[in-house]
Order: sequence, then C-alpha cells, then structure tokens
Amino acid sequence: MDQQLWTYFFVGITFAIYIGIAIWSRAGSTDDFYVAGHDVHPTVNGMATAADWMSAASFLSMAGLIAFLGYGGSVYLMGWTGGYVLLALLLAPFLREFGKFTVPDFVGDRYYSTFARVIAVICALFVSFTYIAGQMKGVGVAFSGFLGIPFEAGIIIGMVIVFFYAVLGGMKGITYTQVAQYVVLIFAYTVPAIFMSLIITGNPIPQLGFIANAAGENIAMLEKLNNTVTELGFMEYTETGKSMIDIFAITGALMFGTAGLPHVIIRFFTVPTAKAARVSAGWALVFIAILYTTAPAVGAFARLNFIDTVNDATYITDAENYEAAAASILADGGKPVPKWYKDWEPTGLLSFEDKNGDGIMQYRGPDSADGIANEVSPNRDIFVLANPQIAQLPGWVIGLVVAGGLAAALSTAAGLLMVISSAVSHDLCRRTFYPEMDDKTELRVARISAAGAVVAAGLLGLFASQLGFVAQVVAFAFGLAAASLFPIIFLGIFWKRMNKEGAIAAMLIGLVTTFSYIVYFKFGGGTADQYFLGISPEGIGFVFMFLSLAVGIGVALVTAPPPQDIQDLVEDIRMPGTRQSHGVADQGMAPVAAE
Amino acid sequence: MSRPQESDGKGYWAATIKLTLSLLAIWFAVSYGAGILFRDFLDQFSIGGAPLGFWFAQSGAVYVFVVLIFFYCWRMAKLEDKFNIGG
Repeated sequence: MDQQLWTYFFVGITFAIYIGIAIWSRAGSTDDFYVAGHDVHPTVNGMATAADWMSAASFLSMAGLIAFLGYGGSVYLMGWTGGYVLLALLLAPFLREFGKFTVPDFVGDRYYSTFARVIAVICALFVSFTYIAGQMKGVGVAFSGFLGIPFEAGIIIGMVIVFFYAVLGGMKGITYTQVAQYVVLIFAYTVPAIFMSLIITGNPIPQLGFIANAAGENIAMLEKLNNTVTELGFMEYTETGKSMIDIFAITGALMFGTAGLPHVIIRFFTVPTAKAARVSAGWALVFIAILYTTAPAVGAFARLNFIDTVNDATYITDAENYEAAAASILADGGKPVPKWYKDWEPTGLLSFEDKNGDGIMQYRGPDSADGIANEVSPNRDIFVLANPQIAQLPGWVIGLVVAGGLAAALSTAAGLLMVISSAVSHDLCRRTFYPEMDDKTELRVARISAAGAVVAAGLLGLFASQLGFVAQVVAFAFGLAAASLFPIIFLGIFWKRMNKEGAIAAMLIGLVTTFSYIVYFKFGGGTADQYFLGISPEGIGFVFMFLSLAVGIGVALVTAPPPQDIQDLVEDIRMPGTRQSHGVADQGMAPVAAE
Repeated sequence: MSRPQESDGKGYWAATIKLTLSLLAIWFAVSYGAGILFRDFLDQFSIGGAPLGFWFAQSGAVYVFVVLIFFYCWRMAKLEDKFNIGG
C-alpha cells in the first residue's frame, strides 16, 4: 500500500472507532450529558484530560517551536504542565466537592450573583471560541495536506465526526472518545521519536537521548547542536532572545491560564469524589508528561538533523527524476537535498530561494560568519510531520501521524464544545433565564446548543484561515483565563470572606486590562519598547492576575461579608464528603453529593 | 485530634494549607527557580550532556510536578484518615 492509502486506512479506522463509541455511550440525562454521570474512573479521566488538553498545537507545532526557540521554548513545557499542580492542589478537588456542572455554576452560586455568572459565561465562551478556531483549522490542514481533500471539506468532515459524539453522547461520549484519541496520538508521537533518538544519539529513549552524547561521537548532543547553530549564525540553542522577566511572566500566564481554562476544569467534575479528582489530576499530568518530555528531545533532534541533511545540500529541481539526480550528485562527492524535503515541498511547509544562484541550499542565521543570506525557510510544523520519513520509517507510520494529529485536534475541539454548549444551555438558559426548565427539556436544549456550537466552530475554522489571526489570539485564551477566572475561583475556595462585590470587580479588572493590553500590542500598533516592564502580551495575564487578586480582596474588605449560607458552603467544599445543601447558594440547583 | 471518632475540620484545613504551601514552594523552586531565576548558576553543572538549569526548564520541572501531585494525593489521604474526614 502506498502512503496515502495507509493514511486513509488509519484515519478511517480511528473515525469509525470514535463513532462507535458515540453510539455506545449515548447520554440519557443532563447529568450524563454535562459530567458523564460523575462516575468516570480517575485514571480514565486522566487519560481523557490529557487528550482534551493536548491540542493540534501541542502535537504538531510545539516540538518545532522548541526547535526554533531553543531555551525560549521552555515556557510552553513548564507552563503547560505546571498548571496541573495548581489544578490538583488549589482547584480540582474543591470544585468537584462543590458538585455541579460548570465553571459559571461555581462562580454564580459561590458569589450569589447572576451578574457574576454571566461574566463568567462570557469569559468561558471567549476563551473557548478562540481556542476552538485553531483546532478546526488544524483538522482542515491535516485533511488538505495528506488526503488530497479540500480544506473546507476537511473541516466539514471533522464537524460531522465531532457532531456525532458530542451531540449524542455529551461528556460521556467525549470522555471515551478522548481516551481512544489519547492512545492514537501518543503512539503516533512517540514511535517516530524513538527512531529519531536512535539515529541521532543511539539511545532508544528520547528523554535519555536528550541528555546523551551524539551517536558515535564524544560530544553531548546538545553541545553539538549549540556548536552547529552558532556556526551558522543562530543564537545558541540553550540561550534565548527573551528577557528573564518576560520568560518568567509568560510561564506564569500559561500555568495559571491552564489552571483556569474551563474545558480542563470541567473534566474533573466527571469523577466520583474530591479524592478521585486529585488522583485524576496526577494521572492527567503523567499522560501529558509522556508527550511533553518527548517534545524537547524531538525539537533538538529535528533541528540538528535538519541542519545536517539540508544545509549546503545541492538542490534538485526536478522531483520526477530525483533518484537519478541524487545519485549523480553523490557520485561527484556532493550532498543531494534529501528525499523527504522534496516530498514535503509541495505542501508549502518548506521553501528554498536560491538568492546567490549557486544551486546550493544555504541555511543561515542572522549573524552568519560567512555573510551568506539564508535561503531555506522551514515551517515549524514540518518537524513533527516529516520525522517518520527523516527516520526512514515505513509509509504506514506517516498515516499514523496524520491520524494522531486529527485525534489531538478533535479531542480538544470536543472538550471546548462541551464548555460552549453547556454555557448556553445550562448557564444561560437553565440557570439564568428559565430556572423552571425540567431535565428533559434542558437535555434537548443542550443537544441543540452542542449542534449549534459545532457549526459555529466550523465556520470559525473556515474563516480563521482567511483572517489569519489564530496564532495571535491564543495569548487571549491563557491571559484571560489567568487574569479573570483563576483569581475568583481560587479566592472563592481559600478565602471565606470573599464576596460578590469583590468577585465582580476582580473579574472585570482582569478581563478589561488583559484584553486591552493584548489588543493594543497585537492589533493596535503597540511596539515592543512600550511593553510594561518588558513583558510581552503573552505574559501579561500573569501580571494582571495579581492586580485582579488585589482589587478583589480590596473591594471585598470594604463591602459586606457574604451571607452565612455561602460561608457554610465554603466550609463544606474544603472537607471531602461533607457537602450539604445551603439555602442561597443552592436554591437554584441542588449539589450532586459525592459517593 | 483529641477525639478520634469525631472529625476535626479545623485541624484538617490547617494541615492541608501547610501541605499545600510546602508543595507550592517546591513547585516554584523547580520551575521559576531552577529553570529561570537561577538557571545561569545551575548551568555550570550538568546532567548527562545537558546543562542543569536548561534541563530543569525543559524536562526536570515536569518530572517533579508529577511527583508533587502524587505525593499530595498520598499525604491528603493520610490527613483525611488522621482527622477523620470523608467517607
């Protein structure tokens, strides 16, 4: 079978599995639909959370990003894992003990305020929509790049699949498809990485290869990489162009943002108890760490290998007669452009412009010693995608990587769809406008809003590529989650005195400041020398989070303390297994007691 | 923990806060500390072929995070037994 057939084979098989799971796990009640009946095993939930969390960006782009940024890429590695420590210690078990369905449920009930609930809904919708556009776009790219299906048709196929399991099964369907998707994506990520590690360092475990010597040489792989890149005029791999304070702030924004992301938090509502929520966060991080500790190795290997095989190679224009041309270049003692390069060139992920007209591909950094201009421009996604071929793995592995990329994109999209649909059907319809709605009606509304959300997400994916700002707005999702949602959830649990007025002030301050800062620097023409304390928009959520906390505490101290019912509620959610109904806090919806 | 049969909510919460703060101190030390603030100092040492500070930023912190969460789960279960909370 050729490579494209294998790709069809893997994508077809995995999609059939997802649909099968959807039919098997139909939701019968709102409890099933929003939180999978609160009875998912902690390890299973950990695996589903890992798939929910690891998006198309983690799977396709992160290793390449690290390959280009070197040490600067550490912000993603620490930021997107460190947030789980905050989740496990500060949020997840308590929110599970609280015992309802969504993040706005907690905000609205803990702060006895419809206004606070609605702001939380706006934050949740905004964060989730910016995030989901990138996922749908990723699905379209995977289809158009590998299966020869037009970008738009690819997005529509993706929508149909997600529609099936999100609308039929709700959180229950999503949970079990995410487990399947995790298995597909982790296998697809680690197999090529193992072979890359063997080739570059001789060690089959990428995490060990990362700190090992280069294969057959008496020099550490990372030191060899440093030497190689500096020779070509790039910055040392273990260095960064960013200031320490900026690295610090970006890491912070990503960590606290991760902990405040609604689609991650709601996964911990699906387990039976607070204790299970803690353990589940641990398992989630184990499953995430398998990919996140492989990624820096893949990044370093890929950068080294790219320079080894592509730099100073003789370009071959005629792809049809590649073999013959390569053989004759080799016979003359030259280095032909590698086969995988030619295979990937049509996708536009790699380009070569022969500026000095010598037919040789010079790959150079900004400070190249020989003064030659750079002629090769690789896209960051190429590293993960081309790895199987670089490692000379058989064609079916490429099919597997495509299925893995789709699994990563679809699983994240599904988790976000849950947040969007429950924000509409539960937080707005049931909890804000029609409190008398019965369970059957709410379930129907939930299905309709899930369907609506799928269509909206698809449209966003279609147009996002034309607008081209997807990468720009990801900073929004983390910044807003860190500065508006994290502070009030945290204070709501750890400070009994926190009240409605404080929460509303904190959310609004975090929202407005972070939003304005990002808009000003991303779209309003602000320049880097105007950065506050030298902190870029990606990291500013971290700074405004502290502002939001301070304002929230200040306002709460000068206004009346929360009612006794609320203080009793806070007592209860701190102690596992003690949750009872408390007047004002629970009059709109009774909590689901832990087992 | 004077009367073993009755749950001691205050003691439990105080112990929980203490445990949480100690673990967050480690969380801060391995990521912001070792990986960012003291990175240059740590880079004079190495683990295998990688400078130590760089390694913490790219891998080491993640391993410690995993251990931290499971340690927290284990300690919290013990605290719940000790103060007779839950179940």
